[in-house]
Amino acid sequence: MDKHILLRDLDVPNIHELAVYSQHDGYVAWKKAVTSMKPEEVINVVKDSGLRGRGGAGFPAGVKWSFIPKDVFPKYVTVNCDESEPGTFKDHQLIRSNPHQVIEGTALCAYAIGANVAYIYCRGEFREPARELQKAIDDAYAAGLLGKNLFGGNYSLDMYVHLGAGAYICGEESALLESLEGRIGQPRLKPPFPAVSGLYSKPTVINNVETLANVPPIVLNGAAWYKQWGTEKSPGVKIFSVCGHVKKPGNYELPLGKYSIQDLLDMAGGSMTGRPIKAVLPAGSSSPIIPAANFHAKLDYEAMAAIGSVLGSCSWIFMDDSVDMVWAARKMIRFFKHESCGKCTPCREGTHWALRLYDKLLSGKGTIEDVNLIGDVNKQIIGKCFCPLGEFATSSMTFTLKHFKQDYVDFVEQKKGGSEVYLQELARDHHLHELHSGVVPVNGIAVH
Amino acid sequence: MLKDKYKDQIAALFAKYPPERKRSAVMPLLYLAQEEYGYCSEDAMREVADLCGMDPTEVKSVVGFYTMYYEHKVGKYVIDVCDDLPCVLRGADKFVNYCEQKLGIKAGETTPDGKITLNVVMCLAACDRAPMCQVNTDYHYDLTPDKFDKLVKELRSK
Repeated sequence: MDKHILLRDLDVPNIHELAVYSQHDGYVAWKKAVTSMKPEEVINVVKDSGLRGRGGAGFPAGVKWSFIPKDVFPKYVTVNCDESEPGTFKDHQLIRSNPHQVIEGTALCAYAIGANVAYIYCRGEFREPARELQKAIDDAYAAGLLGKNLFGGNYSLDMYVHLGAGAYICGEESALLESLEGRIGQPRLKPPFPAVSGLYSKPTVINNVETLANVPPIVLNGAAWYKQWGTEKSPGVKIFSVCGHVKKPGNYELPLGKYSIQDLLDMAGGSMTGRPIKAVLPAGSSSPIIPAANFHAKLDYEAMAAIGSVLGSCSWIFMDDSVDMVWAARKMIRFFKHESCGKCTPCREGTHWALRLYDKLLSGKGTIEDVNLIGDVNKQIIGKCFCPLGEFATSSMTFTLKHFKQDYVDFVEQKKGGSEVYLQELARDHHLHELHSGVVPVNGIAVH
Repeated sequence: MLKDKYKDQIAALFAKYPPERKRSAVMPLLYLAQEEYGYCSEDAMREVADLCGMDPTEVKSVVGFYTMYYEHKVGKYVIDVCDDLPCVLRGADKFVNYCEQKLGIKAGETTPDGKITLNVVMCLAACDRAPMCQVNTDYHYDLTPDKFDKLVKELRSK
């Protein structure tokens, strides 16, 4: 690819500024849509482009938009910028470095479904990048690109940033809506789906930041233009966030289906440590781990499914052969246990008991029965959770046990647990847990 | 009182949501309260409840659910270091050890002068530039002991 379509800050300095963005086709699609296209035409071009949701689920964006009923008002667009899973950092770069493209994509979505209000829900920790986004929104208002009676017509659009406050679960779309409505972020029972009853019980489209950033160039250049990249079922380009044991971590924008996992690793400079890469998590901590033997697989939705994994959010965590998968799985389970919203028992209790078992292994007291018990606990979570995020917690157990069972056996037989590093890690987590749960006083004052 | 001191700011917050949906402003209002009082005290939660037309216990449940609201006093500067899997692969665990040693406190604690709280937190979506941290709301990337020393020196001098 000659030029980036999404990470345009890598080609155009200062594209986060409205003046610069405007000089590079900025808001041309937006003006074209509002002044000369019917909303259905916008939906159709996005549908024809085959653009799939980039948050992880991969649902076709145009199809999602077409589910919105035409005769119910008001309607809402909600942008999911609650990027919080270990390994993800693409939306962070987009809102910070190319915010106008996110705003324009959000605006096009709102126009397409007939919404007059859009909320961009950013995770609370994004307060600093969200300031950049808010400034871009303010500039767009000042330039007449947002607000009342746009381009002299009847259509009006308001856009707001809403900050979360630290909760992974709010990346689940219905939990995000609960949070936006001022409640704790626990998921809703579906159906009804948000397209029917979403924000404030009104029809709502929820899309990921990257999904919407694809929309302005698609509306401007057409579906056929977008389909020159990617495969038939995975058209277009995608941001690959690469981190872990690589020399050049960062975001890479690539056409889908063209490169393999090994190519991606090579682009990122190969192993940082000089040791061979053992495995990769392709979509953050919630994804099925891929052993190096499968690095020949191509980077698209179908090829990843064929090797028993997912493309998901494309958050690639590479690990070299020094990484013990028992330790890695524990780190991930710790995250999911901490972030469980508590609504359903399998996730809340399951992650708690799984972490206890991993802690026992790390402390050096674990046995092979504990390894088997991890498998049993895992089975009692899989398929029983209220929302997908509970299921996400199980991947780290299921697939490290599947592909790296020997790590578990060796861990017990070679008595790897109880090392100074592991004990220090456990002690730190235990101390924090005691502080947070009020068992020991914080700053000399008991909190509970 | 928040409602007197930040009248315009609060009105602007409520204007973002439908008039009958005041509850949607509870999270931004809690941030405002936290900035004003340093943490979400019970009195602050009552004020916010009053503004949003919520029961104080409902506000407390929101404060308890989300990790970025503090229910007790914290340091003037809160340093949040991510120690999730991708960050540790790039040395975040050793970096946290250094932070603890430098500040003379354990993660989760505040320096005796009340200036700096050190936390380890879950993912901050900057895995490519670990070890990293946030100081209050601002990101700091590619950290080393030297950079941390400078950062602490700067915070102590403020």
